[in-house]
Amino acid sequence: MILHPGVLALLGGSAAALALLVAACVVGLQVLRRWDFSSSSATQLALERRTFLVSSLATVALAIEIASSLLFLYTVDDLHRLFVGAMCATGSLNANPVGWWVLPVKVLILLAAPLWIALNGLDVRAGDFPVIRAKYGALLVLAPLVAADLVLQARYFLGLDPAVITSCCGSLFSAAGSGVSSELAGLPVFPTMTAFYACAAAFMAAMAACRLRPAAVARIATAALALTFLAVTLASMVSFLSLYIYELPTHHCPFDVLQLQYRAIGYPLYASLFAAVVFGLLPALSLVFRGRPSFAAAADRAERHWLEAGLAATIVFVGLASVPVVFGSFTMRGY
Amino acid sequence: MRRHLKILEFALSALWRRRFKNLAIVVVYGFTIAVLASILLMTDAMRGEAEQILIGAPDLVVQRVAAGRHDLIPVDYAEEIRGLPGVGEVSPRYWGYYFDAFTESNFTFVGIDDGPPYELELLEGRLPSAPSECAVGEGVARARSTGVGHELTLISHDGLGVIFDVVGEFQASSSILTNDLVVFRNADLVELFGIPEGRAVDLSVEVFNDGEVSTVAAKVKRIFPDTRPITRSEILRTYDAVFSWRSGMLLTVFAAALAAFCILAWDKATGISAEERREIGVLKALGWSTRDVLELKFWEGAAISLTSFLLGLIAALVHIFLLGASLLAPVIQGWSVLFPEFRFTPSITVYQLFVLGFLTVVPYVASTVAPSWKAAVTDPEEVMRG
Repeated sequence: MILHPGVLALLGGSAAALALLVAACVVGLQVLRRWDFSSSSATQLALERRTFLVSSLATVALAIEIASSLLFLYTVDDLHRLFVGAMCATGSLNANPVGWWVLPVKVLILLAAPLWIALNGLDVRAGDFPVIRAKYGALLVLAPLVAADLVLQARYFLGLDPAVITSCCGSLFSAAGSGVSSELAGLPVFPTMTAFYACAAAFMAAMAACRLRPAAVARIATAALALTFLAVTLASMVSFLSLYIYELPTHHCPFDVLQLQYRAIGYPLYASLFAAVVFGLLPALSLVFRGRPSFAAAADRAERHWLEAGLAATIVFVGLASVPVVFGSFTMRGY
Repeated sequence: MRRHLKILEFALSALWRRRFKNLAIVVVYGFTIAVLASILLMTDAMRGEAEQILIGAPDLVVQRVAAGRHDLIPVDYAEEIRGLPGVGEVSPRYWGYYFDAFTESNFTFVGIDDGPPYELELLEGRLPSAPSECAVGEGVARARSTGVGHELTLISHDGLGVIFDVVGEFQASSSILTNDLVVFRNADLVELFGIPEGRAVDLSVEVFNDGEVSTVAAKVKRIFPDTRPITRSEILRTYDAVFSWRSGMLLTVFAAALAAFCILAWDKATGISAEERREIGVLKALGWSTRDVLELKFWEGAAISLTSFLLGLIAALVHIFLLGASLLAPVIQGWSVLFPEFRFTPSITVYQLFVLGFLTVVPYVASTVAPSWKAAVTDPEEVMRG
């Protein structure tokens, strides 16, 4: 176990988030059991008041989880100094491979948490709680995810041993190795670059189309493109974006971008990427519940803002990622 | 947007109306933050100092180990190590600790041949260049009431008094390094400590390529199995681990204080006064929804957290960087008698703020969610009827 302040903050924060979320689930289940919106009994009034408690508990818990994803990235990056052979987060994660499992769980939470918060906002604004069952059901899925996050983080941090000699990004993300990371690093630069820009353009076009002429097809297309954009961008990060940021033709690490020597550009990059994807997914999510008129009215008002914010986040991401590609002195033309 | 700002304005005026109750929370909250921030800032500052100091340390130090203990190393080893590819200068080092019976304190003695061992700045005078000369740190000069132009009497290994002329005194700015330091010429130190001929305390090895340090260390270990090569990066890593551990340890100890603070916050938030209940009742009767009151409570919490966070942080900055960590230093500074005065280079990072926020604001917010809701669902009719 490494008693690092960041580790304590992460474990404490995740434990607090889980406690709040479990409380939200318990109260939520109590509410659902006797929920009858058409009734005007004192019990129903009390239950309606309790929905505010569930919303507050869950929103605070999920906000803590979103912030903890950033803290996790920085802490893992900071811990590399304690391990022989580690130079960034990759080395720290290799020091105890359980750490790699935390990443997909964090990514899932990072996508699901804002979706739940947005859905909850619409539900409250609609006035008659049209999607209360769906959102409390979602909490029952989110709580195990947050629990998994806490357990995996605890297992990762407790299992770290500074005496372990670890290997870093140079060996993991190299085109010569084997495994997914090496496959990504070995992707040809120019075809990947074309795919990245094409995907970004298609995603932005879909959002613009959805903003101007909202329709079910446009909403579904936007969500599909959002997920494709996420996958293509993560592959591009390893394949070519990292090369331009580091100005090295062999350095494919997606974590070194978080370090100060690269102006910590990774934080705005990843934050804008996830924001863009979440805003892209929201219209499709709202589509599921549009059968309820009160919800559809609330969703219509919010959707415009989501799509505008999604477009802005995508432009910020593509802009930030393209600066070293377009204006940097490094070029991959010879490869 | 305007609605949110109006609620914020109302929240601030509500806080001001109950300023004494809120002041109590801010004081305790701020104090908790100040303690945790002091720990974080100080350990990070010490880590920074250690890194700065170790920039001048040799790439590789070779010690001899006998019976599991550090032993004097034969100077002949240097020749063979120098022959390894990639190795530059290999020089024997003479240094040690000296218990001074007059002042009941420990001094650190270092021998030099030409330049100072690190980038040390002399306050006045020069470094020793002739036999029986020495330069002393500020703490030694003060403890022994000596200085440039005066003498320093020490007891040699065979119990005889030896007099040295003090020709230099180190600057206070380097006191973390030089406070208990006395610098001699190598020959004087060998004589004072009675180090046998052909032996040194350890060997400092220069390696031209940083990437080869561990290979050279492995080779040295193979040629001389009785040695222990220590690389600079190992020392840096150890310092990192030690300071992270100390910081984490202290934070864990203060977790109890944090828990106590959360209980206080919960208690204060739960026990809302009759006046406050009436106020919420009136607001709801005037058309405020539960959501609005929850937002009001959120803004109140945010204002209290931000105020306490800034006050606590400023207190910690003053404590660590202006007052030299006077309250925490005794806990972490170790066993020496001649303590240096801590003068850390002020520095603060976004990460420290983020960790601090997670350690303090998150528990506060988590423990006030339920009480805020309880206040927000106050029934206006019930309250107005009294």
